[in-house]
Amino acid sequence: MDARKGDWVRIHNIVLEAGERAPNIPEDTQNVPLELWDKGFLLNEGANIGDKVEVETYIGRKMEGTLIEVNPYYEHDFGKCVPELMYIGRQVRSLLEKDGE
Amino acid sequence: MAKDMSFEAVMARNGEIMKNAVGIDYDLFESGSIAFDYERMMRETGYDLQEIEEIQRETGVGDTPIYELRNLTKLARKFAPAGKGARIFIKDEAANPSGSFKARRAATACYHAKKLGYKGVIAATSGNYGAAVASQAAMRGLKSIIVQECYDSKGKGQPEIVEKARKCEAYGAEVVQLSVGPELFYTFLVLLEETGYFNASLYTPFGIAGVETLGYELSMQFREREGRDPDVVVVTNAGGGNLTGTARGLIKAGATDTEIIGASVSLQGLHMASDSQFNKKSFTTGHTGFGIPFATWPDRSDVPRSAARPLRYIDRYVTINQGSVFYMTEVLAQIEGLERGPAGNTSLAAAFKLAQELDEDKIIVVQETEYTGAGKHIQPQLTFAKENGIKVIIGDPTEEVPGENIILPKDPSYIKVEEIELDRTRRSYIRNCIKNTKVEKVTKEDLEFLIEDTKSNEEFVKKVLDEFGVAY
Repeated sequence: MDARKGDWVRIHNIVLEAGERAPNIPEDTQNVPLELWDKGFLLNEGANIGDKVEVETYIGRKMEGTLIEVNPYYEHDFGKCVPELMYIGRQVRSLLEKDGE
Repeated sequence: MAKDMSFEAVMARNGEIMKNAVGIDYDLFESGSIAFDYERMMRETGYDLQEIEEIQRETGVGDTPIYELRNLTKLARKFAPAGKGARIFIKDEAANPSGSFKARRAATACYHAKKLGYKGVIAATSGNYGAAVASQAAMRGLKSIIVQECYDSKGKGQPEIVEKARKCEAYGAEVVQLSVGPELFYTFLVLLEETGYFNASLYTPFGIAGVETLGYELSMQFREREGRDPDVVVVTNAGGGNLTGTARGLIKAGATDTEIIGASVSLQGLHMASDSQFNKKSFTTGHTGFGIPFATWPDRSDVPRSAARPLRYIDRYVTINQGSVFYMTEVLAQIEGLERGPAGNTSLAAAFKLAQELDEDKIIVVQETEYTGAGKHIQPQLTFAKENGIKVIIGDPTEEVPGENIILPKDPSYIKVEEIELDRTRRSYIRNCIKNTKVEKVTKEDLEFLIEDTKSNEEFVKKVLDEFGVAY
């Protein structure tokens, strides 16, 4: 059992299938479904990743979807070192110093 | 009987859903033709400046500091002709509760929602506005839902948008994330209908009126510190609300001689609704992908009539490349000691170049900054760009091709702006007015409206109408 009742989980849904998309959008977008992600407290007694579940979102809305993650966390960060940026500070500082000020 | 929740049925209920969710009967201001009474809409559905100052004071919004960027001014003068190089100032809007000027818009929207008795607010936004709504809703005891366009079909999210989701959740909001596509609007309508919450649209009269205090403060702050109004105010332009509100506030202060210059990051060639191009851009706002469509047709927004009408106020519109904005973000940290988010620095990068055209005693103001953090910072954004096959090059920014490379200027002399020919933008706007209202003859009222809404003159509008073969 991946998740128990009350666990904070992430769910996934398809809002529109590839064939159902709005006609006036680019073809590459028409060829893929419109997907949705949301988070909430699991309402089922227990569930495994991939199960259809019901959750209560943080503000108290009930919603169904496929369980994809338990205790979801943020993966964004400060990125890797971007060496291309390293010249900037030194360049502008030395330009400002040129007048001997 | 259960309501038909199909895409077509929900979209067909748009008008009714919006009326309930915004509490404005927009029909009251319509003429039945192209024209609508913009000023009456702003007056009767919004708040006056004093009321807004009070509303914003209640939740700690506004009154943000102004800094003179002395080192940056000095740097600009090194590349300017003798006697040129205006003094550059910045208004630190990152000092607002949620870290951007958007708190001003959210403050009035949430106040209004609370006053009308709504239990919660919903906003469709992937940007700083979501955090602003969630923060203001928390202060007012309202629930909030933020609907974001966040991922491509591979489930890859823009780091800047993922960070915004985190920030919204930190304030107790529910964040509904979607993959690429304008049908986000359908999900938005479904949520409005299901919850009965208020649509805290970016484009309502109270949202825009919320930004008027920014322009007003600018004038007051400069009169106090320099004894006069700024000569030029540079505004990062996307949906047009920042520019509209700031300009209206300046006018209300009596600063009618201040030039308003819009600046957007050039994303020319990238389609905003394309799944495969979604993660090829390194800016999620402040770019031409919003700036141009919203200028040429403001009423594409999520309310029947947008209160953000940039062509009404803009004097000049320039674009700048992505690499120059990243460069300038680093410069701001390195010589001014201000680490701020890249998107808000679009107008800063433009101002650096524009200052070089102006006399030394002139004052040019960058009217906003935004917070920075994980995901929303030059390093993660450039890391993400590289992961998506974008080349990061040091060279001549005029050679940048959005979606293929990002060119950091070799040195500050390489920072250039490109002019957007405003008469062409105005012409497109008039064409869209005709196309979308399907009028065959323009009324006298329409003519006056078009002149005002494009900040042009009778001769210009008539010339365009002649060109399209529309009678007046």
